[in-house]
Amino acid sequence: MSADRGVSASGAREGVLASFEYLDAAVDAIKRLRGEGFEEITAFSGYPEHHIEEALGYRASPVRLFTLIGGLTGAATGLAFTVFTSMDWPLVTGGKPILSIPAYVIPMFELTILFGAFATVFGVFYNIRLPSLKGDVVYDPKYSSEGYGVYVTAPANRITSARSILEEHGPASLQDDPQGDSHG
Amino acid sequence: MATVTEKTRAEQTHPDVRSHGEVNADIMRMLSPPGTWWWVLFGLSIAGIGLLAFSWGNQLVRGIGLSGLNTPVGWGAYITTFVFWVGIAHSGTLISAILFLFRARWRQSIYRAAEAMTVFAVMTAGLFPLIHLGRAWHAYWLFPYPNERMLWPNFRSPLVWDVFAVTTYFTVSSLFFLMGLIPDIAAARDSAEKGTLRQKFYSLASVGWRGTDRQWHHFGKAYLYMAALATPLVLSVHSVVSWDFAMGIVPGWHATIFAPYFVAGAIFSGVAMVITILVPIRKVFGLQKYLTTRHFDAMAKLCLVTGIIVFYAYLNEFFMAWYSGEDPERRVFWNRLWGHYWWATWIMLICNGLIPVLLWFKRVRHSIAALFTISIFINIGMWFERFVIIVTSLSHEFMPFAWGVYRPTITEMGIVIGTFGWFFFWLLLFIRLLPPVAISELKEVLPPPMRPKQKTEASR
Repeated sequence: MSADRGVSASGAREGVLASFEYLDAAVDAIKRLRGEGFEEITAFSGYPEHHIEEALGYRASPVRLFTLIGGLTGAATGLAFTVFTSMDWPLVTGGKPILSIPAYVIPMFELTILFGAFATVFGVFYNIRLPSLKGDVVYDPKYSSEGYGVYVTAPANRITSARSILEEHGPASLQDDPQGDSHG
Repeated sequence: MATVTEKTRAEQTHPDVRSHGEVNADIMRMLSPPGTWWWVLFGLSIAGIGLLAFSWGNQLVRGIGLSGLNTPVGWGAYITTFVFWVGIAHSGTLISAILFLFRARWRQSIYRAAEAMTVFAVMTAGLFPLIHLGRAWHAYWLFPYPNERMLWPNFRSPLVWDVFAVTTYFTVSSLFFLMGLIPDIAAARDSAEKGTLRQKFYSLASVGWRGTDRQWHHFGKAYLYMAALATPLVLSVHSVVSWDFAMGIVPGWHATIFAPYFVAGAIFSGVAMVITILVPIRKVFGLQKYLTTRHFDAMAKLCLVTGIIVFYAYLNEFFMAWYSGEDPERRVFWNRLWGHYWWATWIMLICNGLIPVLLWFKRVRHSIAALFTISIFINIGMWFERFVIIVTSLSHEFMPFAWGVYRPTITEMGIVIGTFGWFFFWLLLFIRLLPPVAISELKEVLPPPMRPKQKTEASR
């Protein structure tokens, strides 16, 4: 499943947002929808729920690449910086060699962590498209407290079948979204 | 949560929490206008900041001579308190990162408060190098920057390592803390009254978080990588702090055991401080459902284990001083026990070695009042540990004619006490303004709501 899942393609689309009280109902609904070929799904929950991620078929997150590249950049910066400054002012202290690599491992390590952490935070914001203060997205404030949301969009002629799948799983409420492009 | 039977409920980390919505309601109640006690404590902490500002201001104007620092003891109460606060900071990252990687389920309800404590403790510790410098306006000399004399810091010096370690630690723990807060700030936004200043603040701070599958997916993975980065970091920071001492040839400092000894001590004091802070919070906000005796029991065991390591390190130091056959080393340790600062050494040994023995008893670990008392003794003992290491060693180096005595002055005492005001000022503001218990993480260890009767594959 690619990271851009949920972003609607071109063409007239409509959406439905179903709120579920129970986790298993939401998970079953997602599985059925995907089984019937609906892929533009956004699920809402107040906490990270692995069953929902599994049902949506998530695999590795590209954030790990950001972390790796950030960490390696940090290590390289640490090495380059300590070596450069020692060569720039070659003063022997404590009878140690000008390039005291074991001592430089510590600044290198610290910069690895520092750059890695910044890159990770940047990576997560980049991948979840935040910060965003767009108002025209589907959301219900109750999801951060309890319950689960499933928002699905489809071409106008298929939306009724998505709607009936959601209805079968006993949603607490069902809302139509005539725009069908509010995945955010 | 109709399907959860009484039996499974007893196996849960939080047996008395019955639904996800209840968590939000309980934690959001903590953000409502505070009672008299909060204002009293807040007033006290502002008074502490006043004391700090006055004492430090006085020292800045009249000079570092106002402190008792002089030959031979050039490091005193300031460096002691710096190490004390850096040590306190360690437990927050231990709980948020290391226990996360170990999947310790009891960490969820204490982690946010512990992590806030970490950030504020490093903010407090960070003041001390500036205070200790005397001419604080030259503090930027610590950082490597291009200058007209083409001078660079000496990267062979542990003091420069320390600058890197502590600033990295502050930055990374703040990032970790703020990132983890986003979903809970979004929850606060959703429960706040529309149009109020509070709601606008939370809207802005939650950066548009909606809890979608994609957000949780990347967020969860990023959290894991941050924990993986923070774990070696937390172990390294106090090691680097210990090398400020161990890399010097001062008798009493020059020991290879210093890094693990300091890290264990940091976790020991940090967990004790978490207990000291959480006991009143639990009482005032009625969080008995979330901070159960099980949580305190686990923290007490962590204290016990690290306390044993610390006490082993004390004994090891004394043994190695005798076994080494080095005369100055032997004299320093003899002097620690029976010399001018005997009282500080015995406070350290009793508070950190003897009193934590009580934690072997389950009855003590399950008594909140007893734990609170013990944790305060540990805090005191750990401050004195750093004092003993720093001052007794410097005052009793190699040459007898160079031995001396250091006495903290009223200015130093004012600054040390004042920084507690600074620390609690931030902590109290945090409790008041941001969710002090991690709502979304707590829900991960609660059983999810399932359809009545029908069990499906999604059940845990």
